[in-house]
Amino acid sequence: MRPNASSARLMLGALPALPTVCALVGTLLLFWLFLLLQGAPALEAIGLIFQGAFGSSFAWQSTLLRASPLMLTALCVALPAQVGLIVIGGEGALALGGLAAAVVPQCLPAGTPWLIATPLMAVAGMLAGGIWIGAIGALRQWRGVNETISSLLMSYIAIALFKHLVEGPLRDPASLNKPSTLPVPDAMTIGSLPGLEVHWGLLWGVLACIAAWVFVRHSTKGFAMRVVGGSNRAARLVGLPVGMLALAACSMGGAAAGLAGMFEVAAVQGSANASLLAGYGYSGILVAFAARQNPLAVVLCAVLIGGIEASGSLLQRRLDLPDATTLVLQGLLFANLLAWEALGGRIVAWRVKLQALAVTEVPVQLQKTHA
Amino acid sequence: MSNRRHFLKNASLLTLGAVLPFESVFAASKLTVGVIYVGARGDYGYNQAQAQAANVIKTLPNVKVVEEENVPETIAVQKSMEAMIEQDGATLIFATSFGYFDPHVLKMAAKYPNVRFAHCGGLWKQGNPSNITSYFGYIDECQYLNGVVAGHMSKSKKLGFVAAKPIPQVLRNINAFTLGAQSVDPSITTHVIFTGDWSMPVKEAESANSLVDQGCDVLTCHVDGPKVVIETAEKRGAMSCGYHASQAALAPKGYLTGAEWDWATPYKELVAGAQTGKPQPNVLRGGLKEGFVKMSAYGAKVTPDARQNADGVKAKMMSGEFVIFKGPIKDNKGGVVVADGTTHIQTDYTLESMNYLVSGVVGQI
Repeated sequence: MRPNASSARLMLGALPALPTVCALVGTLLLFWLFLLLQGAPALEAIGLIFQGAFGSSFAWQSTLLRASPLMLTALCVALPAQVGLIVIGGEGALALGGLAAAVVPQCLPAGTPWLIATPLMAVAGMLAGGIWIGAIGALRQWRGVNETISSLLMSYIAIALFKHLVEGPLRDPASLNKPSTLPVPDAMTIGSLPGLEVHWGLLWGVLACIAAWVFVRHSTKGFAMRVVGGSNRAARLVGLPVGMLALAACSMGGAAAGLAGMFEVAAVQGSANASLLAGYGYSGILVAFAARQNPLAVVLCAVLIGGIEASGSLLQRRLDLPDATTLVLQGLLFANLLAWEALGGRIVAWRVKLQALAVTEVPVQLQKTHA
Repeated sequence: MSNRRHFLKNASLLTLGAVLPFESVFAASKLTVGVIYVGARGDYGYNQAQAQAANVIKTLPNVKVVEEENVPETIAVQKSMEAMIEQDGATLIFATSFGYFDPHVLKMAAKYPNVRFAHCGGLWKQGNPSNITSYFGYIDECQYLNGVVAGHMSKSKKLGFVAAKPIPQVLRNINAFTLGAQSVDPSITTHVIFTGDWSMPVKEAESANSLVDQGCDVLTCHVDGPKVVIETAEKRGAMSCGYHASQAALAPKGYLTGAEWDWATPYKELVAGAQTGKPQPNVLRGGLKEGFVKMSAYGAKVTPDARQNADGVKAKMMSGEFVIFKGPIKDNKGGVVVADGTTHIQTDYTLESMNYLVSGVVGQI
């Protein structure tokens, strides 16, 4: 059956999502098999995962709360990916961002209104994260250091620095057995979105993803970044400032992770301490890869991973399954995503075919949507 | 006539019984207890000690326990507590990690004033929500006894201590262990390595190896999971003293004894309080005497001398006449930290902000 032009366009639009959809289905099947082999009630468990993630307003709020830092840390992977860099050091940027944000209130005069203090904390967090990951971009462009390795090592350094400062010079003397910075004054903490029990970090996470998507897809600079990502040499040949673009992409990603740290401090923890290092930076890598580095898809994938993590709670309490169950699910998801990426070549072929079909009717519109 | 009426009444009651959810009405009188762990329940350490107490209260009548492990000290623990309350009807929650307290337990306790929150760590203070019970134990008593046994058994007179962070609780254990050993032989030294965090298996193994290389022949530790340290000591032929829970199974040759929590005591007390509805305390603390901590059984290697000495000190602790931190005590930089004639009994709050290592400890904060 030959699809007509309009359904060809529809399929063309859905094509980029195909590997992710295949991966999701594959993951569920494998997970079901895994549970069967373990002698666990497989169907019930999968049902509980949906229930625990999206089954009630309570579940949704839990999912969204877990998803909001992941959106920002995923951008720390997805933005550098636009220039072809694989950065996996978001955890360190988050820690330093959170620490910078926690220090700001101490530097402000007492009684500073939150309208001034909170944005300053956000800026401090973004600067700290941005400079840290930006340095990785700089090392890559000007010193030729592999960014994947260096970002991981820099993340370790950031965490060591974080612990040194929190347990040393910046420690609140009253925090005896859980070393923390001085608490953020109540007036400067961030509350919940109206009518929800989800803090404002969610909204800013979504906004950051949308902004990143608009920038990457619909601005000249964003286009230039993707040219660099497509071929570094070609980009140099046409005279693009490759180094600066890489630096910018890394800095923006780092700023996003730093902002995640700021929200953890201002909306959840109330001070910077080791509880900040909960692995959000590492989960962000999974989210970004699941979203195939598309900033808009990051929102959806963050909600998906947040949901899986939220459902782990119900699985443990209802079926007495170990916590590792959801880790297995996440691992299967990641392996499937990578495996189905292999469809890449086929997809290009299908796209060309579908484009040929669709082009017969409305060539102009198509070029616009698939530049 | 009356018979028929009785029959009808009984019959209708019977059908009612079948239809009405009596079971759920009775279930409501059952106490649901939620227990949350920061790591794995089977970690041979901190979390296992808590899980053992949870297993004890599971066997009590009319108690249902729901558990969650590997819950980080983030928004996740708040959501787990809420889920236990909202979805499972829990009215007593054990939040077992020290880091859960501020802000997570504080927030949830304010939000659910009818639920009792039991937090491990002894952090409750005036002004905090009154529906929090802070439970904790004086485990330095057991570390002192560990030291006594180690002091008898060590040949090199060098003991090794793998510690997480230089915070008061950890320092108190290192100091008690050292003082215990020095009570046997004042020339004994304890070599300390701080790993930097509660769960660093690779660094813990490296530290344990390094301590054995330096000539330490008895190792102990204060990290969340002592498994790695105890196993490494056993592999290297060194002796070991346990911490948190019993690691005897991991080191059949070298395990001497160990400092264990006995959380079943506060767990049972809180469950009983919740069931009878009597007012619950805000602070619940104790040592060997109160049954909050206990010693592992002696390993086969431990000499009769060592047993006798340790048992003697233990008996004094049980009767409440023994003080660990009794002046004069010098720190390892030469300064006097507890003056001659000063005694700090266990409940003394000055011990909670300990910031020194006693003389004879090799290492620095």
